[in-house]
Amino acid sequence: MNWSEHGEQILQVLSAGLLLGCLYGLMCAGLGLIFGIMRVINFAQGEFMMLAMYAGLNGVALLSPGRAWAFPVAMGVAVIVALLFYGMGAATHYLLISRVSGARALGSLDGGHTGQLILTLGLSLVLQNGGLMLFGSSPTSISNAAADTSWMLDMTDDITLFLNQARLWSAVMATAAVGLTLLLMARTGVGRRLRAVASNPVAALYMGVDVERSFRTAFGIGLALTAVAGVCVATFYPFQPYTGFDFVIIMYAGVVLGGMGSVGGAFLGGLLIGLVQQLSTLVLPPQLQNTAVFVVFLLVLLARPQGLLGRSVERA
Amino acid sequence: MVFLQPQLRNLVVLAVLMATCITAILTLSPYPLLVLSLVGIWAMLGLSWNILGGYGGLVSFGHAAFFGGGAFTVAILFHDYGVSPWIGCVLGAVVGGLLAVVIGAVTFRLKGHYFSLAMLAYPLALIPVFTWAGWSEVALPLQRTNPIAYMQFSDARIMPAITMVALLGCLFVCLFIERTRLGMQLYAIRQNELAAQCAGIATMRVKLVASLISGAMAGLAGALYAVVVLVVTPGSVFGMLVSSQALIVSMFGGLGTAWGPLIGALILVPMAEILNAGLGARLPGVQGVVFGLAIMAVILVRPQGLFWAVRDHVASRRPALPVMPSVALQAAPAAPAKPPGDVLLTVEGISVRFGGLHALSDVSLEVRRGEILGIIGPNGAGKTTLFNVLNGIVGTTSGAARLGDARLTGLSPQEVSALGVARTFQTVRAFPRLSLVENVLVGAFGAHRSDRAALEAAWVTVRRVGLQDRALVPASLLTSRELRLMELARALAGNPTLILMDESFAGLSTADVDGMIAQIRQLAAEGVTVAIIEHTMGAMVRLADRFVVLDGGRNLASGLPDQVVRDPRVISAYLGKRWVEHAGT
Repeated sequence: MNWSEHGEQILQVLSAGLLLGCLYGLMCAGLGLIFGIMRVINFAQGEFMMLAMYAGLNGVALLSPGRAWAFPVAMGVAVIVALLFYGMGAATHYLLISRVSGARALGSLDGGHTGQLILTLGLSLVLQNGGLMLFGSSPTSISNAAADTSWMLDMTDDITLFLNQARLWSAVMATAAVGLTLLLMARTGVGRRLRAVASNPVAALYMGVDVERSFRTAFGIGLALTAVAGVCVATFYPFQPYTGFDFVIIMYAGVVLGGMGSVGGAFLGGLLIGLVQQLSTLVLPPQLQNTAVFVVFLLVLLARPQGLLGRSVERA
Repeated sequence: MVFLQPQLRNLVVLAVLMATCITAILTLSPYPLLVLSLVGIWAMLGLSWNILGGYGGLVSFGHAAFFGGGAFTVAILFHDYGVSPWIGCVLGAVVGGLLAVVIGAVTFRLKGHYFSLAMLAYPLALIPVFTWAGWSEVALPLQRTNPIAYMQFSDARIMPAITMVALLGCLFVCLFIERTRLGMQLYAIRQNELAAQCAGIATMRVKLVASLISGAMAGLAGALYAVVVLVVTPGSVFGMLVSSQALIVSMFGGLGTAWGPLIGALILVPMAEILNAGLGARLPGVQGVVFGLAIMAVILVRPQGLFWAVRDHVASRRPALPVMPSVALQAAPAAPAKPPGDVLLTVEGISVRFGGLHALSDVSLEVRRGEILGIIGPNGAGKTTLFNVLNGIVGTTSGAARLGDARLTGLSPQEVSALGVARTFQTVRAFPRLSLVENVLVGAFGAHRSDRAALEAAWVTVRRVGLQDRALVPASLLTSRELRLMELARALAGNPTLILMDESFAGLSTADVDGMIAQIRQLAAEGVTVAIIEHTMGAMVRLADRFVVLDGGRNLASGLPDQVVRDPRVISAYLGKRWVEHAGT
């Protein structure tokens, strides 16, 4: 293999990693927002994303005039699904999560983390297997023309970079969604309240912030972000009811890498995971992609549990 | 209080269980017998999970790693090398135990949910590795000649019988752990790891021993699973559902008791299997839904699980234990005049920095054998940090501390404890679910090699602080005075030469403070050296033989109480410069 072939392969893998990484980043941002504000680890985040994928599939089937228009319609559907999932998140928090978090978890030995993990583990089992009953196990995806078309960029005479349209636009969509969330957090009253609750829920309560409501909002936004990621991924990635779980580790890896807490950090963490996963294909057989992600996840947890960007860890 | 007591009740229950198993095996038809085997296997995995998750509070999301390790050991050895599963099962348990020790040694440094998440990654990382290595489906070959040597029985009753024997063995091991030192130490670690370390428990070693046992049990369960289902795939033994089921049967049945996983598996496994047999074709995944709903219900309604729900219900009908009268101790006896002994503890120029903050700068002091040294100073003077350094909780930037000839700085809390330095905390660190005497017992393990001697020492110490009437009350129900005394007893139970007491009067009434002073004086008279931190002067003047004053992380003064309280520098540190003139007169 000569140099230009190598170069092309590396560039191709890098761009694939970056594009996929933006979507991983968006998923991580959703999970990271929930953790950062509520200190709750939502184990069922991947399953909610899987539900969003099916919602996207059905939405597009309902609204799209044909394959040519399917992709832009899917992006519109992603926004609608996000709103739906905001509501679903708020409801899930109200009915389930609030019972093991916030004020009710203060008295328990470990701040309720174990209870939250196990409750959401149960939820993920129910959603995953419920999905299997509803949708069956055969893989499917949102059929659209953009997924089969690529732009070709001639970098030099020998090197041509292929950029899949669906992946590129999805990455743009993901970056925009994260950007909007960062703006929301930085500039609006809701964002200020969320940040206040994140840094000290008790003090926020004394200052008149409705903490439970802020938690509900946070859970809703977290699911909405992941839902957008789900619909985007569904345009180019075949999925089935167990798919959510494949992404759950990627999400954790990204969130841990980004320092468990900040939305921006989680996004960068996801981006890095995308790069690691794709770059690993240069040296490892493709089946071991996810093993590479797991190994990075473990190494980060063991060496720097506060994440690459995080500052402090809870001490025992 | 179950420690060391022979549990006749347990033996009776075990006998009843065994009888039920035998009748079931003799009467059931082949399909229910298969379900019975699966109940046994999942109950064993639950028991294994419960050793770490229930006793030790180490909630693992990755027990599938050990289960799958056992299953693949049997399958690969049989399929590729023709080794009989009889040997494979033993090796499976060995592989499970070793995996657990290796994974534990790496992962135990993580706490709480970080530990859970890290454990999740191990089995899931193994799935693609096994698939890639060509073991995506390993079937146990059929043996026509001499099948019994390869665990292939024509009689459908034999496999369930084998799993039941293995299950009863595991149950017995777990019940044994609950009643001995290992179980008590795991309980202590679960409830307050730092206090457990300072009470002298080598937490890492205890956790590794527990993982060895837990991993071996999970490996054995996996090995039997391979023999029962005959085909092993990475997804079916390393998958998330395996780890989840281990956790779910335990939490559903009851966390931290050997009966929990058994009850959980007895209810949930047949339910899931029957639903799956009836509806599995039309509604795949019904098993997962059953387990998911079961665990959600448990967490929302009774987070402790069925066993504890029933037990608490029964216990709530029993009369409450009497509360101890508030002041049971006589007033402080006059301080016996003692000649100061030789130097026991030397602190030389210790400095501690947290980032830019100088918590301690060049602090030096000496504690003489048999004296009560009061370390005083305003808030933020560095008193607790000094104790944390002596105790091995915080590392030094420079300087050293020695106990006699042994160096203290650089040791872990349990090593410090082993040298005979005990510690009580500013806010009491109790093991809330253990009874008072069990709390003290945890402190006694370090000094006593035999469990029986430790228990005796615990009772002696409980009497020594006058709490014998409250000895069986759970620590969560004790008053703050009783908690202070309990912590003191826990520190004493390890026969320390030096006790570091951190603000032992905080939250006590005046009368209780007097009682506490009497208690500490009594200890000193019995030859225990005491270093005590306090920021209120009143009690300390009556208690201490000598003062060391810290301010802003530095030595400010030292000397006899009378001199120190008149020292202008001390008055100024406590009250501000303005007061020096007033006090001078």
